Amino acid sequence: MAEAALRAPGAARASAPLLGISNLEAWYGESHVLHGVTFDVAPGEVVTLLGRNGAGKTTTLRSIIGIMSKRTGSVTFDGVETIRMPSRAIARLGMGYVPEERGIFASLSVYENLMLPPVVKPGGLTVEQIYELFPNLRERSGSQGTKLSGGEQQMLSIGRILRTGAKLLLLDEPTEGLAPVIVQQIGRTIERLKRDGFTIVLVEQNFRFAQTVADRHYVMEQGKVVDMIPNAELDRNIEKLHRYLGV
Amino acid sequence: MITIFGVPSAALFGQLLLGLINGSFYAILSLGLAVIFGLLNIINFAHGALYMMGAFVAWMLLNYLGIGYWWALILAPVIVGGVGILIERNYIAPLSFSDQRQSFVLIGATAIGFLVLSFGFSLSATLAFVGAAVIGVAAASIYAWKRPSQSSTVHVDHLYGLLLTFGLALIIQGLFRNQYGVSGLPYGIPPQLAGGQQIRLFDAPIMFMPNYRAWVIVASLIVCLATWFMIEKTKLGAYLRAATENPTLVSAFGVNVPLMITLTYGFGVALAAFAGVLAAPIYSVNPNMGADLIIVVFAVVVIGGMGSILGSIVTGFTLGLVEGFTKVFYPEASSTVIFVIMVLVLLVKPAGLFGRAS
Ligand SMILES: Nc1ncnc2c1ncn2[C@@H]1O[C@H](COP(=O)(O)OP(=O)(O)OP(=O)(O)O)[C@@H](O)[C@H]1O
Ligand SMILES: [Mg+2]
Repeated sequence: MAEAALRAPGAARASAPLLGISNLEAWYGESHVLHGVTFDVAPGEVVTLLGRNGAGKTTTLRSIIGIMSKRTGSVTFDGVETIRMPSRAIARLGMGYVPEERGIFASLSVYENLMLPPVVKPGGLTVEQIYELFPNLRERSGSQGTKLSGGEQQMLSIGRILRTGAKLLLLDEPTEGLAPVIVQQIGRTIERLKRDGFTIVLVEQNFRFAQTVADRHYVMEQGKVVDMIPNAELDRNIEKLHRYLGV
Repeated sequence: MITIFGVPSAALFGQLLLGLINGSFYAILSLGLAVIFGLLNIINFAHGALYMMGAFVAWMLLNYLGIGYWWALILAPVIVGGVGILIERNYIAPLSFSDQRQSFVLIGATAIGFLVLSFGFSLSATLAFVGAAVIGVAAASIYAWKRPSQSSTVHVDHLYGLLLTFGLALIIQGLFRNQYGVSGLPYGIPPQLAGGQQIRLFDAPIMFMPNYRAWVIVASLIVCLATWFMIEKTKLGAYLRAATENPTLVSAFGVNVPLMITLTYGFGVALAAFAGVLAAPIYSVNPNMGADLIIVVFAVVVIGGMGSILGSIVTGFTLGLVEGFTKVFYPEASSTVIFVIMVLVLLVKPAGLFGRAS
């Protein structure tokens, strides 16, 4: 009894979302791009955002990390409302962001890129662990950041936020334009991170890849989340998904 | 008497030394401009005025407080750098704020301060204006500190920053001119560096090297190289370089980029003030000293490449030497040679000799 009573609040906390988004709207200047995005992500979960080009997936990640200049609605992380915070404060709550364009700095070496994001929480990976995950980075650590291949840049972009102790990773199309072996390597990395307890929001065009790593899939259309498909039911909903994605 | 290409060696080396001295100032000032331009994306037109302010602060420290050259070399950059920080926070940063309330507080408090000091306390116009500026900046800083940080910003054209700093430069120069006139105030060479050395080659005298001038060249080289090292080789510099490239992403990693911008502006301005103190014993301390110099320095920046750190150092010293050579061999062109080079470089390599075309 006593044990169950002790465990209950913990269990309740575990089922509360780590990331809760409701009625999120966002603008680029005058153009209104997100029209009330609502979804949540449980701790330790990997969810994807699927949708056609221009559906608003990238904008959703940018709004979560706080780099959209105008956004309204609610984004809570670990119970903290972040909608009025500047991005530097949001990142310090423990979010790591891998942008679609990878964001490798040309004026920094690979090693400097890796060491750039400040540690925001304890428990991040060590540089050595990151090198084990992505051996290429060790070999190229002295090169200029942008002299790396596309795949290596993607590894660097993911690797550098693993050092920070962020619990929630926002990955924007990490497999875009990469060779199949590298896609597999990134898939294995995501699985490994999931096993280690990271929570991941993954934007993907390639739902075949998404299927191999995700627990649930949110589908976006014209600045809204229009559907949610659990991974186990993906095959059954394949036609519907094709219609959503227009493939 | 040794002659080289028909020119007496003392004249030749004397001019080259003068060129190197000028080059030292070009290098420090264009370096500060490059650092500021990299991160803030504005051309700091106030740079010359803040260099002049550095020289004046040294003069004031000596004449009002009895604090000498060596302390001034540290204190003037700190004081003027602090002024730079206040300028950035209260005048430059609000350019990109999406709501202008902080600026209204600044304007309102400055105006009221001026009226009170000028009519209530019958201060002279210059002193009332300086006092009012202090009151305005204090009120706006308190206002900005009391409210939540401004997370929404708008993008403004770089031209506005340039125009704003240009206006500030004219105001600062005008204030010093009102208060101290334009004839120039003397500032002595520190006694440790008085005198000079006769430089000889195989026992033949080549030139006379004043100690203070040698010190200026060495001090500027050290400051330039230390700045270069800090930016290119340290962790702090990596943040600066990254924020110069992509400030949005750097703040998405949890770095306080607005604070970095403020401190960078303060640092660039402190470099200018340091140059001002170095210059005080060579040129007289004069409200126009910055205005005369800064035009040449802008040409140096354009030739070296906007925002290039190493480029501004190398170009600064080199162009000083080129100017010195020209004075010896073709004096008619000595005041225009840098601008001729600027035009040529713009025509051939618009991004500058060390600049990356974007
Ligand atoms: N910088 C911008 N300025 C103005 N509009 C933008 C900007 N970036 C994106 N948009 C618009 O916002 C909408 C959503 O774009 P977003 O990049 O979020 O789509 P996405 O789902 O990530 O697409 P993709 O799969 O192509 O990456 C699009 O209509 C796009 O045209
Ligand atoms: Mg996108």
